[in-house]
Amino acid sequence: MTQSNRLTAGRIDRAQVLNFTFDGKRYQGHGGDTLASALLANGVRLMGRSFKYHRPRGVLSAGSEEPNALVELRGGARQEPNTRATTAELFDGLEAKSQNRWPSLAFDAMAINDRFSAFLTAGFYYKTFMWPAAFWEKLYEPMIRRAAGLGSISFEPDPDCYDKGFLHCDLLVIGAGPAGLSAALTAGRAGARVILADEDFLLGGRLNTETISVGEQSGGDWAGTIVAELAQMPNVRVMMRTTVIGAFDHGIYGAVERVSDHLAVPPEGKPRQILWRITSRRALLCAGAIERPIAFSDNDRPGIMLAGALRAYVNRWAVTPARDVVIFGNNDDAHRSAADLLARGVHVAAVVDIRAQAKPIADYELLAGAQVVGTQGRLGIRGVEVRLASGEIRRINCGALGVSGGWNPNVHLTCHKRGRPEWREDIAAFVPGPDGPAGLSVAGAATGLFSTASALSSGSKAAAAALRDLGIRARALPQPATEDAPVSITPFWHVAEGKGRAWLDQQNDVTVKDVKLAHQENFRSVEHLKRYTTLGMATDQGKTSNLGGLAVMAELTGQTIAKTGTTIFRPPYTPVALGVLAGRSRGKDFRPVRKTPSHKWAQEQGAVFVEVGMWLRAQWFPRPGETHWRESVDREVLATRRSVGICDVTTLGKIDVQGGDAAAFLNRIYANGFAKLAVGKVRYGLMLREDGIAMDDGTAARLAEDHFVVTTTTANAVNVYRHMEFARQCLWPDMDVQLISTTESWAQFSVAGPNSRRLLQKVVDPAFDLSNEAFPFMACGEITVCGGLRARLFRISFSGELAYEIAVPTRYGDAMIRRLMAAGEEFDVVAYGTEALGVMRIEKGHAAGNELNGTTTARNLGMAQMVSKTKDSIGSVLSEREGLSEPDTLTLVGLRPVDATQRVLAGAHLMTKGTVANAANDQGYITSAAYSPNLGHSIGLAFLRNGAARKGEVIEAVSPLTGLNVDVEVVSAHFIDPEGERLRA
Amino acid sequence: MIINHPLLGPRDAQEFTYLGDAALIERPDWQAEDAHRQFYEYLYLRDNPAGEHRELWFHEQGDRSWLVVTRNTLTHEITHVDLARDVARAKGRSK
Repeated sequence: MTQSNRLTAGRIDRAQVLNFTFDGKRYQGHGGDTLASALLANGVRLMGRSFKYHRPRGVLSAGSEEPNALVELRGGARQEPNTRATTAELFDGLEAKSQNRWPSLAFDAMAINDRFSAFLTAGFYYKTFMWPAAFWEKLYEPMIRRAAGLGSISFEPDPDCYDKGFLHCDLLVIGAGPAGLSAALTAGRAGARVILADEDFLLGGRLNTETISVGEQSGGDWAGTIVAELAQMPNVRVMMRTTVIGAFDHGIYGAVERVSDHLAVPPEGKPRQILWRITSRRALLCAGAIERPIAFSDNDRPGIMLAGALRAYVNRWAVTPARDVVIFGNNDDAHRSAADLLARGVHVAAVVDIRAQAKPIADYELLAGAQVVGTQGRLGIRGVEVRLASGEIRRINCGALGVSGGWNPNVHLTCHKRGRPEWREDIAAFVPGPDGPAGLSVAGAATGLFSTASALSSGSKAAAAALRDLGIRARALPQPATEDAPVSITPFWHVAEGKGRAWLDQQNDVTVKDVKLAHQENFRSVEHLKRYTTLGMATDQGKTSNLGGLAVMAELTGQTIAKTGTTIFRPPYTPVALGVLAGRSRGKDFRPVRKTPSHKWAQEQGAVFVEVGMWLRAQWFPRPGETHWRESVDREVLATRRSVGICDVTTLGKIDVQGGDAAAFLNRIYANGFAKLAVGKVRYGLMLREDGIAMDDGTAARLAEDHFVVTTTTANAVNVYRHMEFARQCLWPDMDVQLISTTESWAQFSVAGPNSRRLLQKVVDPAFDLSNEAFPFMACGEITVCGGLRARLFRISFSGELAYEIAVPTRYGDAMIRRLMAAGEEFDVVAYGTEALGVMRIEKGHAAGNELNGTTTARNLGMAQMVSKTKDSIGSVLSEREGLSEPDTLTLVGLRPVDATQRVLAGAHLMTKGTVANAANDQGYITSAAYSPNLGHSIGLAFLRNGAARKGEVIEAVSPLTGLNVDVEVVSAHFIDPEGERLRA
Repeated sequence: MIINHPLLGPRDAQEFTYLGDAALIERPDWQAEDAHRQFYEYLYLRDNPAGEHRELWFHEQGDRSWLVVTRNTLTHEITHVDLARDVARAKGRSK
């Protein structure tokens, strides 16, 4: 098909012919086209179906405010729904599809909704789908979701990458129309660091869509000249295809740069889009204005569009939606559209102006004091009915109707920090209020200055004023001669007469009648109106529809528009792809990965890894022939308890505590005492939160009088460090104590089992005596290994065996694991992972994260006697609270199944035998469970009401959800070596 | 948001972790007769001002200073930033 509606001239590259398809049909367009302009050039007016009623819709606008022409672009994994055809830049090979229709755009079965519109009016969700309540989840919601969706997605991973970046500037200029260009030039020439951002791929804003001249040049050429000068300036960054999506605190703006959206596939190594965080010292909003429609009967037919958009298509893209056009308006700007169309050879059948005193500005028929009261044409407009000033009805044939209800300054970003726009009667529009974001000023049409001359001068002056605030001298530019017409408008929002529905919000299918219904049902505040009718809640945020809806409500309530007010604009200004918000944080790059020093070695052993926070830890080390993880874990546990096993415990938090008051400080941090801990000794420590709940546990080793090494659990390393710094800086600022996290400075290995000493003796330098007498349980010291490498040795045990933890500088971690494993060969040493570690600590009855779960106290953990009452420590006062001291409080106990073949499951709740399993009878819950290969049955740790006094009692472990009910016996939590003989051996 | 760190100058708020009301500096005396009531009030009772609020921020991705930031909860304007240690000392806290 040829481009039958393509006119002459325009700012497109005719030499470049681009092939594309729409709903499978092949078309051609030119470089510089949008999908919308190219479709119009090919005579396509029908571009989509509306959200609710599936009404046939065409393009309304020529910009990002578009409510109707939403399409699906590309195919395969790059399929992209809900893209505005008006901003989608045409490229060769573009595949576009219409949405929300079945089986085809021209014949849509769901258009049946339109017939039932009487049942689908405002608030129909709230009225129709109320009863029975159970139907909502099962029937109504899935049904509505199926019916109401717009585009569809591929469900495949996005193959492109997205980036995030940071930029800084003195002045951020938002919008590159006449005001923005003049501002950027003023600031650029003054030497300020300037960022000029515009969503379009051709800078100049309305200068590219008008026939006006600036100085000696056409508006578009003038814009090109200025952009070229700006591009030469090293202090200016010109960013096209970049939408500033939000104003945030302290001069920070979010912007999305569509780096490769205009290409079929992003170039190698380039992202699809970039999310920029722009920190500006000052910002200037030059976002122009958006034309608003007038509501009248059947005003949504394809071919009915904003008059300024019609003018833009003719002037910039050399395209007209039809050869016969009618214009309908209430202001002088509508006439400008008519004049421009005429000048390009489009037949203007009539200009309908509601104002009786309107005058024509070119050679067209003017119907003054008249209104459009109806339209014809199902899939595209064929004609209009006009009520003339005389009262007669006249039918006029046309293929397009341009509507202008005036222009709304684009105040969006001035409201992102809760600023409220102000109503200006003289131009019948909201302008930015005084309470916009700090550091943001506004110029040009965005502030209600609609002429080109005032845009140029206000942009330059506002930039100079902003720079003056920063102490940068800037001179306002000399102003070229250009258009300077005053605004002449008679506010007019909707035509009262007419048989059909008058559409306000075309994307969400909200009509004048819906607003009337909302009023009738007393949803009169703008915020209620919005939510009840969904006016302005679509992806276009009501850019072309909000004011019309407010104006109708104002009429109904008899209040002024100023009094009626507006709803709140929120970021983002236009829809943002989730991909660019995620940036590189997806898949395996969702967050950083921390690897232990033995990671490479563990990989070589075929270890299975598990994520523990950001850490990757070896979970178990399968050996050939082992087909189930339990085989590996049981083997690791048995081998460790029989001889010796090694586990990388680097992930445990390590905090170095130094200073004259180090001991006094730890005394405050831990519930138990540390002041008298001897040098060369380690002590278990329990840390409470100030509210008396257990926060974390670990060990503190005293390496010197003024030097401790504190360990934390892996999960709490960050929180504990933060907490200790809080105590140090905010609570006891004069204590002589310094903290530093050394978690990643030391590679630390647990060497556990009866042969651990013999193994270590082969590694530790002979000068250090490891005998039980010289280095007893809970000893620590700085030693050397492997002939002089500095190391730290702690005789501590999590497994209950004779055990040590040995730490070497991280860079020796890999060598150390290899040396330890080699030295252990004669003892059949095994490496064990986190599963075996867990099994052994449950067998030993040690509390871990499952028990220190943020709800448990020292008393629950059976450590009440540890909380010292003779010193000040965090949490000690409130740990005495009545509620935490009930005599029958939960206590940590061990559980074993009465029938050894049964399993004890973590998460199960405990019931006294013979009681009904419900919350009222709840006696506690199981926190940890494992199969003990040493005992040959399942075991568990649990918090049981009054547990200490219930040893020997048989109770029920239940999970009503899964039908579990197992008889378990309450036993000591120390399943293995309750006297602790092994670890002191 | 940008927090003007007294030692490091303006830093992005993303580098910080928020704790809450700066009144947390004023930890009661554990030996006071009504220590239980004082600790309860210290831990659980907070003013919730619509306006100026003094609050604790930790420069976790930076120099690990605790700061007292005076922020307007309505506008997010930050009028003062002090080292928490200095604030604590000024309130008579020592060891």
